[in-house]
Parts: sequence; C-alpha cells; structure tokens
Amino acid sequence: MTAVLLAGLQKRFGDGDHAVHALDGIDLELATGEFVSLIGPSGCGKSTLLRVVADLEQPTSGSVLVGGKTPHQARLDQDYGIAFQQAGLLEWRNVVENVELPLHVHGVDKAERRARAAELLELVGLEEFAGSRPSELSGGMQQRVAIARALAPSPRLLLMDEPFGALDEMTRERMQAELLRIARETEAAVLFVTHSIPEAVVLSDRVVVMSPRPGRITEIVKGERPGADADVDDVRESSAFFTAITTVREALRKGHP
Amino acid sequence: MVGRARTVGAAVVAFALLVVLWELAKLVLPGDGVLVGDTRILPRTDDSAMPHVWTVLGRLAEPEVAGAADARTVGAAVASGALFSLALALGGLVLGGVLGMVLALAMQRFALLERAALPYVVASQTVPLIAIAPLVVGWGGKIAIMGWAWQPWASVMVISSYLAFFPIAVGMLRGLNAPAKADVELFRTLAAGWWTTLLRLRLPSSVPFLLPAVRLAAAAAVVGAIVAEISTGTRGGIGRLIIEYARSATGDPSRLYTAILGAAVLGLVAAGAVGLLDLGLRRYRGSVR
Repeated sequence: MTAVLLAGLQKRFGDGDHAVHALDGIDLELATGEFVSLIGPSGCGKSTLLRVVADLEQPTSGSVLVGGKTPHQARLDQDYGIAFQQAGLLEWRNVVENVELPLHVHGVDKAERRARAAELLELVGLEEFAGSRPSELSGGMQQRVAIARALAPSPRLLLMDEPFGALDEMTRERMQAELLRIARETEAAVLFVTHSIPEAVVLSDRVVVMSPRPGRITEIVKGERPGADADVDDVRESSAFFTAITTVREALRKGHP
Repeated sequence: MVGRARTVGAAVVAFALLVVLWELAKLVLPGDGVLVGDTRILPRTDDSAMPHVWTVLGRLAEPEVAGAADARTVGAAVASGALFSLALALGGLVLGGVLGMVLALAMQRFALLERAALPYVVASQTVPLIAIAPLVVGWGGKIAIMGWAWQPWASVMVISSYLAFFPIAVGMLRGLNAPAKADVELFRTLAAGWWTTLLRLRLPSSVPFLLPAVRLAAAAAVVGAIVAEISTGTRGGIGRLIIEYARSATGDPSRLYTAILGAAVLGLVAAGAVGLLDLGLRRYRGSVR
C-alpha cells in the first residue's frame, strides 16, 4: 500500500486573468515508511502540495489518495499528523497537555491520553518538561513538542512544512537526527517541505525537486537517509552526501533558467 | 501577591490624596470661589458647596431626617440603597454578559450576521438611556411571565444590561477571532468541529479580550442601574437616594455627598467582583500572541 498517491494534480488559485497556477501535472507516489522531501524556490507550490494532501486546500484537478482514502476521509480518520514552521503550541496548556491535544479533541479518556503523551515526550526527549509552559521552552524544544503532538494519534504519515526553518543551524542538525530516529521508530512515512538542500539530502530516501510557478516536478534525486545502524554525522561527511547535494543543486538550476 | 498588595496600597494612597486635595481647596481658596469678571473659574468652597470630609462621614451616623431620633441613620439608608443597586447592576451585568456572549458567538459563527448585526450593536449605544427607559417600563408593564408580574426593578436590570452587553459583545467577538490562522488550521487538521474548536481554541483565546471587556461592562452596568433607577422612578436604590438628597442639598449638603460616596463605593465593589473573575481565569490571561 502507498502512503500518498498523487496523479495529474493541478492547483489554481482564483480564476480568469488573476488566476495563479500553483501546481501543474504532479505525479508522485510515497511508499509506506518512505521519507520524501519537497524542495524548490519560494512560491513553487511545495507548501500548497502538502496542504492539498492535508485537505487544507482542494485540488483543481487530478487525483489525491492518502493511504488509499480521499484526503478528506484521511483527515477525519486522523491518518496523518502535521507540523508547521511555527510550533503553534497553545499557551494556556502545558507541554503534556499540548501533546495530548489531538487525543483530547477526539475524546480519548484522560488516563489513556496521559500514558500516550508520556510515551511521546520520552520519544522526543522532553519527559522532564511535561509540566512546563510552552513559553518556557527554547524554539527547538517547542518544535519537538509540536512533533510529539503530530505523532499523538499514531499516524502512518507525517506532513512537515519547514518544521526546522526557524531554528539555528546547530539545533537544526540535532533535530534532523531526532526526526530520523523518530521516523525509524514509528515507521511513519514523511512528506517534508524544506528550503535547505543538505537537510533534504540527509533526511530523505528521495528528494523531489520542483520548478518555479507553475510548480512541476523537474527531477527526483536519491537522498542519503542513513540506515538504522548508520551515524547521521558520518553521512554528512560522506562523498555520496556531497554528490547528492550537487545533483539537487543542478536540478534546481535547470528548473530555474 | 506583592502586585496585589501594591494595587490596594496605591488605591488607598489615591483616596487619601483626594481627601487632602479636597480639604486643601477648602482651606486655600475663597469660600465664594474664584471669579474672573462674571465667570466663576473655580467652584465655591464654603460648607454648603463642599462640606468637610469629616462632616460627610459624621453625617453617615446621624438619623436620615434631622430631629427624628427613631429614624434609621443616613449610613444605613445609603448602605441599603447601594446594596439594592449593586444587586440590580450585577443582575444587569450577568444578563448583558450572557446576551453579549451569545451575540458574539453567533456573529463569529455566521460572518453574514456579523456584517448585518454589528452596525446595530454599535448604534444601540448611541440611543440615550433616558429615551429607552420609559419604553422598557412600558413594555414591562404589559408582560407577566408565568403569573409573575413585571416589577420596576426588573426594568432597571434590563436597562443596566443594555449598557453592559455592548463591551462584552465587541470584546468577545474580537477574542473569538483572535486565534492565528495556523492555530485554526491545526484544529482543522485534527478534524475538530466548530464546537470543539470553540471550546479548546476560541474560548481560551478570548479570555484576554474578555476580561477588560467585563471590567468595562461592570462599570457600565453600575452607571446604567443608577441612571435607570432615576429615569424609571424606581425606589430603594442609590440612584433614587441621590435624587432625594439632592432636593434638600441646600439645607443638608453633606447628606448628598454620602449618597455620592455610596455610589462610588458601589462601583469599586463591582470592579472588585470582576477582579475575582480575573483571578479564576489567570491561566488563560497571557495567551495573546
């Protein structure tokens, strides 16, 4: 079974002369447990693509299947978790209550909620901060809480829109290693939007390079996602990593004459 | 806790300052006021216009009607009037609060209603209170709810709520629409319906907007109750007392000031009651981002 299947996807905003053609002829398949990054210049529609999968935007034409269902049904069934560039934690809830939010919304009873949230906080390494207010945490920690929250309903698919975009470089690299571990442990497929070529290469099985508007897939490059026993820092220093970066960079140039 | 003690301390100092200013004005300025040509630019300060603070306080302990030894004291009359008005103002605040919140919820839910109703909500506050008072009394006189005949104090409460609902409706609507687009979308991805989004996102986000609105509404409810008592001729409240005492102000000026003092204390008590609400909702107070 595939995690996400896009065929002939088109997206236009508005109509007539003011129409913006955001996405054009997107065909893409995400396998179960696969990590795929979307990279491209600003305004190439990569976020829009993610939002179509999340049922936050409706496609103009083409078909979208999320785990074999329509995006609408997948959203209702909580088949995916989502994290944005801003952690978006609710300030009146402490850390553990923020992680519990999806379960709370769906009426899961308190004991079960707490148990699951404790598990997730351990997964993202924030057990000690369960009772803290979001404003007391650093940006990286807040983003980890947001990821734990996205994972709360045990989704088979994680959608991430530049989740590390607002973090400094060191924190960012640490978060990438964390995310790789989490993706491995949860076996969830990940669709990841980013601006950073090294980030896309080190995280992904495949890097999808997109052209400026209207967003089309210009090339799909094999990424250097480390296996279970590999060290992510070794990958960052390997020649294959640099070769892949060059390939992605050239693909981006090709789409951007 | 330190912050609260400081607030109380500041209020006490402000009151003491007011008393000192009052007495200083009496001491320094001529009893006939200050005149430039025929225009009086500073008020008269003699005992009939500005009685001494201690005369006013002393008057509280004296009988309401001078000479009648068995009559109740002015203090008792003012206290009972203030309590009566306070009850009506709080009733008006609750009534107006519920009305304002329901209106805000409806306007948030249906954007069309917001566009249609908001101008009228604003316009409602430009209608003078004394114009609607006779209307409310007139309508009330025709109503009997399940055998319960309309009472004059019910009119006062309704008029008071008419002033109180406005800040709450406007503040609450702003608060309900305060969550960032990203937060609203997060709830959408969680497949949360309107009610769940309301309960878990919009209501908590509205608290920082609602608290100052309730404070404004409490003050408006007190003013509304006092003015409504006067314009409907309702007996028993501090508004009525002010009118009664004002009639004999030339002969007994300090009695009028006791009633005004009572009205001021009434406002403070109403504000204090809102402060308690503030305390209960502390958790949501700092949620503006």
